[in-house]
Amino acid sequence: MNAHRSIVIAAALAASLAAPALQPALAQEAENPPKQTWSFHGPFGMYDPGQLQRGFKIYREVCSSCHSLKLLAFRNLADPGGPQFSEAQAAAIASSFQVTAGPNDQGEMFQRPGKLADYFPPPFPNDQAARNANGGALPPDMSVLAKARGFEVGFPWFIINAFTQYQEQGPDYIHGILTGYEEHPPAGVTLPPGAQYNKYFPGHAIGMPKPLSDGQVEYTDGTPATADQYAKDIAAFLMWAAEPKLDERKRLGFQVFIFLIVLTGLLYFSKKKVWHDIHHPEAAEGPRA
Amino acid sequence: MSANSIYKPQSPIMQWLERRLPIAGLVYSSFIVYPTPRNLNYWWTFGGILTFMLGAQMVTGIVLAMHYTPHVDLAFNSIESIMRDVNYGWLLRYLHSNGASFFFVAVYAHIIRGMYYGSYKDPREVLWILGVILFLLMVVTGFMGYVLPWGQMSFWAATVITNLFSAIPWVGDPIVTWLWGGFAVGNPTLNRFYSLHYLLPFVIAGVVVLHVWALHMVGQNNPTGVEPKAEKDTVAFTPYATVKDAFFIGVFCLFLAWFVFYIPNYLGHSDNYIPANPGQTPTHIVPEWYYLPFYAILRAIPNKLLGVIALLASIVLLAFLPWLDTSRVRSANYRPLYRQFLIVFFLVVIGLGYLGSQPPEGGYVIAARILTAYYFVFLLIILPLLGLFETTKPLPNSISEAVLPAGASAPPPAGAKV
Repeated sequence: MNAHRSIVIAAALAASLAAPALQPALAQEAENPPKQTWSFHGPFGMYDPGQLQRGFKIYREVCSSCHSLKLLAFRNLADPGGPQFSEAQAAAIASSFQVTAGPNDQGEMFQRPGKLADYFPPPFPNDQAARNANGGALPPDMSVLAKARGFEVGFPWFIINAFTQYQEQGPDYIHGILTGYEEHPPAGVTLPPGAQYNKYFPGHAIGMPKPLSDGQVEYTDGTPATADQYAKDIAAFLMWAAEPKLDERKRLGFQVFIFLIVLTGLLYFSKKKVWHDIHHPEAAEGPRA
Repeated sequence: MSANSIYKPQSPIMQWLERRLPIAGLVYSSFIVYPTPRNLNYWWTFGGILTFMLGAQMVTGIVLAMHYTPHVDLAFNSIESIMRDVNYGWLLRYLHSNGASFFFVAVYAHIIRGMYYGSYKDPREVLWILGVILFLLMVVTGFMGYVLPWGQMSFWAATVITNLFSAIPWVGDPIVTWLWGGFAVGNPTLNRFYSLHYLLPFVIAGVVVLHVWALHMVGQNNPTGVEPKAEKDTVAFTPYATVKDAFFIGVFCLFLAWFVFYIPNYLGHSDNYIPANPGQTPTHIVPEWYYLPFYAILRAIPNKLLGVIALLASIVLLAFLPWLDTSRVRSANYRPLYRQFLIVFFLVVIGLGYLGSQPPEGGYVIAARILTAYYFVFLLIILPLLGLFETTKPLPNSISEAVLPAGASAPPPAGAKV
């Protein structure tokens, strides 16, 4: 029977597909960071301005000594859908930073307090200086970091994620890295000099020393001052830095969906009506026609 | 219907115009009274969807081009500036990047439809070949567009794909240097990719005109694969096909909106948010999802030149389907064996897509080789032989016989009154 031959082929193909899936992926080394709860998850999820303000405090007091945030301007701190500082607060924050301006009439560059229109000044004048100060490792710019990091979830999760709208690999990864340090690497693991062991970092040897510890940054709004909470807040802040129009996007998205559902519904019933006599020729011959 | 098929302008202005440029008559005969088979299913709406997507990509692309800077030092940040500072720039950019993916979703559905119902067979060979040319143009345009953000994946995809030409004996390396405009992927490469990414959609639009022209010469195929024989086998394009296409474009836009507004980066790779760095190779270089099956075929062949030939052949062979398929019966609904082999073929392509996303090692390579073998065996051996040995099911005498209840007389097309 010819018909059975193709079924045999199909079975052989299915087996050849399943075989590699059964053995663990060779290239995958690092454990995936655990999923966190984010206020900006899902179709109606928005940023929590309080959390973004706390995250900004951590960026300012901890991260900014090594990591630049070149694509953000001080004015963005007062944007809707962001940390929502008042314009006066954002201007005060700006003026507490020294930025390089110029050249002036004498042709000299000079330092002055920042203004709302200025961009966050980088901690190092160039990548070489950054590497030199950090044992050869380059601290990445943080402007789009939360969208530039992720991890493979594998089949079938990558399909399920399209339905659950899981778009938070970046913040989950950042939170994982910040809480994934282990003082003593597992037996048999030797780290290069200056590197730390991090269970979520690809290859595990990370150049950045453990940046956050309990009680390091003062919170004034009653939020627990724990390293885990810090990690969540800075990850949320970096997600906003990378995707500042998320609130606007989801708000418009909901309106577009309402519009499209109504429009498509009207088109569906128009189609049904227009095609009615074609699909029911017997009715067309009756009194209706 | 034939009585109505000639446009008779009523107003003096249109009569004046029609004597000088019969454009209204062309629209009338091509998109109003043009007869379409009455039994078309929703797989036939993807042509309209593709036209809609081409228009959408051009509109969003032209506005994006007003804000984009094609320079290696500025391209990445100019796109971030579109995302942050341009009014609705994030919307334009996410529509364009996800729109490219959905353009390919639609074209794959369109190709699947063509293969399942044998739409490439006599007299539609030229129509089909124009379609394969359109697909090739889309592949090239999409690839060049992916390079423009100048992230890590942009840069390394450009490097890997342009390097494929180095496999050509003798002249390979000079050709690659010529393509790059230098001795590595650099600013001249980005500039020419930008220029061509802007040009090619207009070439696509031109070939679409030929594709539609050829379609209107030979008429649409239909799920039975039996040509319309009488007036009752067809309905007028407007309102029947128009309203059906419009409804399904709405459904398609709902899917697109889900991605654009809720998971805009789902189909992209996070590495492309890292600015291009020629000194650092990403762990895995993967193309966009819609190229993965072809990427898997490329990597399945151990020899570089043969791999490139297999990659090209996997698309170009499709142009020869009208002659590789020797059966006279069009629709797979009446070809039980072909139907099974074809469904396996589609599953194989999906499997190749998965394997293309995985690292080329261990069992993945073996699986990719088996699936690649089936891809070519199906096109080159199974298809020609099936036509000779397969026993097909009896075809209906006409479309009306297939879809209308037995004994139903032909009603006048109700649309004539609408």
